[in-house]
Amino acid sequence: MNAWQSLLNGFGVNCMLFAVTLVLAVPLGLIITLGTMAKFKPLKWVMKTFVWIIRGTPLMLQLFVALYAPGLFGHPMSSRMTAALIALVINYAAYFSEIFRGGIESIPVGQYEAGQVLGLTKVQVFFKIVLFQVIKRITPAMGNEIITLVKDTALARVIGITEILMSASRFAASGVIWPLFASGLYFLAFTALLSALLSYAEKRLNYYQG
Amino acid sequence: MSILDVKNMHKSFGNTEVLNGVGFSMEQGEVISILGSSGSGKTTLLRCINFLERADEGQIYVEGNLVFDAAETKNRSAAQIRKAQLNFGMVFQQFNLFPQYSVLENITLAPKLLAKERGDFKSNKKEIFSEIEKNALELIDRVGLAEKVNNYPCELSGGQQQRVSIARALALNPKILLFDEPTSALDPELTGEILKVIRALADQNMTMIIVTHEIGFAKNVSDRIIFMDRGVVAEEGSPEDVIDHPKNERTKEFLSLVDRK
Repeated sequence: MNAWQSLLNGFGVNCMLFAVTLVLAVPLGLIITLGTMAKFKPLKWVMKTFVWIIRGTPLMLQLFVALYAPGLFGHPMSSRMTAALIALVINYAAYFSEIFRGGIESIPVGQYEAGQVLGLTKVQVFFKIVLFQVIKRITPAMGNEIITLVKDTALARVIGITEILMSASRFAASGVIWPLFASGLYFLAFTALLSALLSYAEKRLNYYQG
Repeated sequence: MSILDVKNMHKSFGNTEVLNGVGFSMEQGEVISILGSSGSGKTTLLRCINFLERADEGQIYVEGNLVFDAAETKNRSAAQIRKAQLNFGMVFQQFNLFPQYSVLENITLAPKLLAKERGDFKSNKKEIFSEIEKNALELIDRVGLAEKVNNYPCELSGGQQQRVSIARALALNPKILLFDEPTSALDPELTGEILKVIRALADQNMTMIIVTHEIGFAKNVSDRIIFMDRGVVAEEGSPEDVIDHPKNERTKEFLSLVDRK
């Protein structure tokens, strides 16, 4: 098999890790946000501690923990891929939750009050008034995280996932060094596509100021 | 029968007593301006009437019906509070328009959501929505913004934004319209257009409570002036009595410090 093809196969794994993590981490992040903003203090502190632990330790360590910790409790992790996804989803959900919280807290209280005096329910105020403004405000920060996620998928190799860097380093080990550099091109191409999509989204949201 | 009765309102924030037993009543079509220095409790009174704050003591009656009683041990449901809230329209100092919606959408949003609760909504959706839009366009015309129907709030001046927010409040046909310092966030040359709109509403017999610093306007538009000081009504009466011949020492002091034109 030629090196380009083998790198492409590896990058397919990166893309899959990226897509699944993004799709699952956004809703999980929202749930964590609700927890960290809860009025019920114990829940709030549990969630805040959780976010602190996830953001305060290396993702690489979390990958090892996801793979090996279940074994300590008598249920060895059967799939390395599952372990990688669990670590990535939880890690990114924690970061997303802080972005969501910042976005929600940045909406002026007057927006809630205006909705309330117009007879909207709390749910309507959130979905019809606040949510869209939050999305507009957090898009740049989310874009940053999403770009970082593309590259962080390469960390999955530390628990033995054959993603693109693992494929490339196999060539390097046999004395062919160029695929290692070539792997960077896949990342550049993918992040270029994502950057274009994100800046399109930002432009679309810029139809109003504020 | 009075359209609004506010009785013995008390409200504290922490150890600061902001309202210390305020009460008044008003008739259908009456315009009351509330004056007073900063911290006298005017805005808090308005926010308590409108359920944005919960008073610690006191009762509110609308057309003789009790809509709020601080002494009730059982909290009223969110739905009951919403229903009571809809007796009032509110115009904020900072406008609080929804930035992502056009002028028209700002005005139709709440009426359209409320229409969903109507029994005949499913069968008459089209007619109901077009009726709401027609009504909104009339209101926009009334506040002189017919050409801005599809503009976004960020494209409007402060005065225009405030006129939209008045139209938005009117779209729900409130019994009483509340204004919280409607011109305080505006440049002086823009306050005139808001005052003109309020004047026109007064002429159409709208019942209004206006918290304001515009003494001259208050005198011109109001049937009655309430002067608040340290959380109580210090003086009330006709504009001529309160503004031109104040009896209370605090009213005299306040009026001597502000521009009366």
